Amino acid sequence: MKASVIVFPGSNCDRDVKVSLEKFSIKTSMVWHADAKLPKSDLVVLPGGFSYGDYLRCGSIASKSRIMKEVIAHSKKGGLVMGICNGFQVLVESQLLPGVLIRNINLKFICKNITVKVINNKTNFTSKTSRNSVLEIPIAHNEGNYFASKDLINELEDNNQIILQYCDLTGNITEQCNPNGSIKNIAGIINKKGNVFGLMPHPERASDELLGGMDGSLIFKSLK
Amino acid sequence: MKLQVIVTLKKDVLDPQGSAIKSSLFNMGFKNIENLRQGKTFEITVKEKDEKVALSKAKDMCEKLLANLTIENYSVKTIKE
Repeated sequence: MKASVIVFPGSNCDRDVKVSLEKFSIKTSMVWHADAKLPKSDLVVLPGGFSYGDYLRCGSIASKSRIMKEVIAHSKKGGLVMGICNGFQVLVESQLLPGVLIRNINLKFICKNITVKVINNKTNFTSKTSRNSVLEIPIAHNEGNYFASKDLINELEDNNQIILQYCDLTGNITEQCNPNGSIKNIAGIINKKGNVFGLMPHPERASDELLGGMDGSLIFKSLK
Repeated sequence: MKLQVIVTLKKDVLDPQGSAIKSSLFNMGFKNIENLRQGKTFEITVKEKDEKVALSKAKDMCEKLLANLTIENYSVKTIKE
């Protein structure tokens, strides 16, 4: 499998993602946002960071960058796309994923380990996890509060598009364990077609024992 | 020609910043605020003489970048230099 990691001005998790992908034998190239051509890839990763300083709305300016035309074309052909944190924000701004990510309800930047429950493990991104299992993965964001209309949330639920939900250590999805105010504790969703995945937690920060956990590696191992 | 674009959050969207500002004003003694919503304004000077054309271009800018129509509304008008 070949992956491309898109580097925007202000991306800061791009190299961490590359290390994690390569650790699980996925050949990875870094692609600059102003490039016109995407190298032949099975997977495109939009990494975390603060693209364009989070100006206007997080991810909005990156979503209009030159390479994104290629990323959108890649996704329309069924190619895999994964957006982590700021990458998830770019995906909603590009309308590759529905809904929007707004300011955390407590108005604070939250950087801590949280637990998420795997709601759907029948995807290209979660096949190596077990359904209803609990993963411990860090989050680090200021705008991770997932918002969408009631109709859209119903649609996401009906189509099993909600992949990860914030939960407590034993997997209960409660208001207390919702760090940012996301509707339905949503931490990660997939598009209807099943090839575009966005998540706020950082699996690349939980893919090495030295960093305190391996739960995130299950996402990278699933990418086959 | 100078344009003013105002982008506001839609009615049902939570505005935690607006709520924080409202409670701060309340604590400062402004006790009669019923509701407060934060928005954004953009002042854009365009090389265009025809007001209709300028306004329609500004609308296009809003729909393509300045507003996220999932959560925001926008309005555009011309203003004096």
